[in-house]
Amino acid sequence: MKVGIIQFPGTNCEYDTQHAFAALGCETQILWHKEESIPSDMDLVVAAGGFSYGDYLRSGAIAKMSPIMKALKIYAENGGKVLGICNGFQVLTETGLLPGALKRNEGLHFISRHHHLKVVNNDNDFLRHCAVDQVVNIPIAHHDGNFYIDAAGLSELYANNQVLLKYTDSSGNIDNPNGSVDSIAGICNKSKNVFGLMPHPERAMEMLLGSDDGRAMLEGFINA
Amino acid sequence: MKAIVNVFLKNGVLDSQGKAVQHALSGHGFDSVKDVRVGKQIIIEMNESDAALAKEKVAHMCEELLANTVIEDYEIEIQA
Repeated sequence: MKVGIIQFPGTNCEYDTQHAFAALGCETQILWHKEESIPSDMDLVVAAGGFSYGDYLRSGAIAKMSPIMKALKIYAENGGKVLGICNGFQVLTETGLLPGALKRNEGLHFISRHHHLKVVNNDNDFLRHCAVDQVVNIPIAHHDGNFYIDAAGLSELYANNQVLLKYTDSSGNIDNPNGSVDSIAGICNKSKNVFGLMPHPERAMEMLLGSDDGRAMLEGFINA
Repeated sequence: MKAIVNVFLKNGVLDSQGKAVQHALSGHGFDSVKDVRVGKQIIIEMNESDAALAKEKVAHMCEELLANTVIEDYEIEIQA
């Protein structure tokens, strides 16, 4: 299993992500954003968290113009698996690989803390090792995590089981930290090969750091 | 030629920053404030003499990068 991790100027979670997948036994490779192709032996490409281009203009907006994004689009259109975490999720919505957009948090604050999430759909490679309604504890760290999609787009997400995760409390009751539509924390595309979420599963890999709930999530990609 | 681009959140998309500014103004006694919207202005100097063509090019820039049309609207003003 080989995982490519995209690095833009300002990405800062690429090595955490690399560490997480290495801990799961994966081979990993950092992919600089100037690359014009995705190596053919990649089983998964991750757009990692951080602040690509300093979040200038809009989070993820300038990153979408990088050469590697053209290659990533082709890779995804051919069925390649893509995971966007935090800023990576923002980049994927900006690129149009995922629907919707991430706006400034409703309370305007940067939020950095552990948050509970409820698994909404598990019929996909990402969450197949999690149970529906299972509550996981995963760190969030974002300023622009307020997921927006219009009413028509939202019903399409539900109709195709594309809503993956919602922000909740520890009992699984909706607890919305940032104003996201329907408290949505993560989604996938219609063909279920492109995934995006604001929380950081790669930061929840060992109990020493407060939670290892991220392991089951990322393990979903292995041998999928 | 200069292009002035104004980008704002679409009507119906909650403008949290606008609301925060509105509350701050109201809280400071500016009673006449009814609504506030916060957007951004992008000023582009261009090597272009044809205003219509300039506007067309800037509209393309807006669609490609300057605005996220899922949540934002844009207006373009071309100045000589």
